[in-house]
Amino acid sequence: MSKQRKAVSLISGGLDSMLATKVIQDQGIHVEGINFYTGFCVEGHTHAIRKKDKEKEKKNSSLWVAEQLGIKLHIIDISEEYKDIVLNPKHGYGQNLNPCLDCKIDMVSRAWQWCMDNDFDFVITGEVIGQRPKSQRKETMPIIARESKIEDRLLRPLCAKHLTETLPEREGWVNRDELFDFHGRNRKPQFALAKQLGFSEWSQPAGGCCFLTDESYSNKLQDMWDSRGERNYEVDDIMLLKVGRHIRPAKHFKLIVSREQGENNFMRGYRPMYSYLYPTSHGGPLTLIDGTPSEEDIQNAARVVARFSQGRDADEVVVNYVQKHNGPEQVLTVKPMPAEEIPDDWYIH
Amino acid sequence: MNQHELNARNLLCPIPVIRTQNKIASLENGDHLVVYCTDPGTLHDIPAWCRVHGHTLVSTEENRDEIIIEIEVVKE
Ligand code: SF4
Repeated sequence: MSKQRKAVSLISGGLDSMLATKVIQDQGIHVEGINFYTGFCVEGHTHAIRKKDKEKEKKNSSLWVAEQLGIKLHIIDISEEYKDIVLNPKHGYGQNLNPCLDCKIDMVSRAWQWCMDNDFDFVITGEVIGQRPKSQRKETMPIIARESKIEDRLLRPLCAKHLTETLPEREGWVNRDELFDFHGRNRKPQFALAKQLGFSEWSQPAGGCCFLTDESYSNKLQDMWDSRGERNYEVDDIMLLKVGRHIRPAKHFKLIVSREQGENNFMRGYRPMYSYLYPTSHGGPLTLIDGTPSEEDIQNAARVVARFSQGRDADEVVVNYVQKHNGPEQVLTVKPMPAEEIPDDWYIH
Repeated sequence: MNQHELNARNLLCPIPVIRTQNKIASLENGDHLVVYCTDPGTLHDIPAWCRVHGHTLVSTEENRDEIIIEIEVVKE
């Protein structure tokens, strides 16, 4: 009896990797999934934070996909090692701060290492030629295979017919005739295949599954680097860029103003790490302060916080300033800053 | 059968799932693992992770500010 061949599939949680996996499973290959957590993933927690999204997916879309496919899913935290990809991408960035090509190379290379460690034969991805302007082009496909060192053990079932034959095809582990020739941004062929394979539901997070492709998020990340004078980050930094209004009155400090209850709850967890402001005379947002504001800056910041409180039209709002969590609180009575006094360029978006 | 505990409080999904997965990798068939979490997402994600890996979800409990999930490890 011939050996049961095994493949690992890069599962993003989206439709393409789900289809690619199913196509290969249907050819009798044992498939398991792998998902890398970079810290920038748009995940369950992001939806959970924002209360208005509460009824939306709180679930992890990769796990959901794995369940639909009946495969095991290995989730691997690469958030620390991933910094080097975001900070120094050899192939540069896409439209925003998304280092897609370097990221793909890194993930494929890790998946291949996982294959070798676990006695698997090849890696599959849901890539489609021409779907993404930067990373999914015909010229980049061989770069990914070469630089990840996987060479011809990387199979892209959805566009395989446009690419050179890979080892699994040559060896007859999979039948090339039953693979696909999708290309470009038109997703109709994927929808048709989904229907044919019996999927009626799939998760399609708006803007993809990664915050780095988001313009506003990338602006906040760039602003953080500019103001600190160095390109670096901690995982907590990049989590906080996902929530709140970010307002920078000066280079040396920034305010993160929660927009609603869900964000407020989430940000409360960060109080031990930041100084913060919150209104006490009226309902209003918790505001974390990143940086080193002066006394005068704090007064102004309190006026901004008052502007976003329920006392925005009141003559005075009482705002407490806490420099150190659980330490003494300074009580500030301020006049809310009128909306038109807050320059547009304070908002980072 | 051994009883183990995992503190995944104040961690956001998918980190509690990853910690659970990594902990279970070192446990034996029949062992029990109790995971303590605070992210409500774990109520979906840890049971889903158990289902795809074939481990038994013994119980989930949600208190005011804590989620407690007990798993029985199933290994072939
Ligand atoms: S969108 Fe994000 S996760 Fe996906 S390839 Fe680009 S950088 Fe990597």
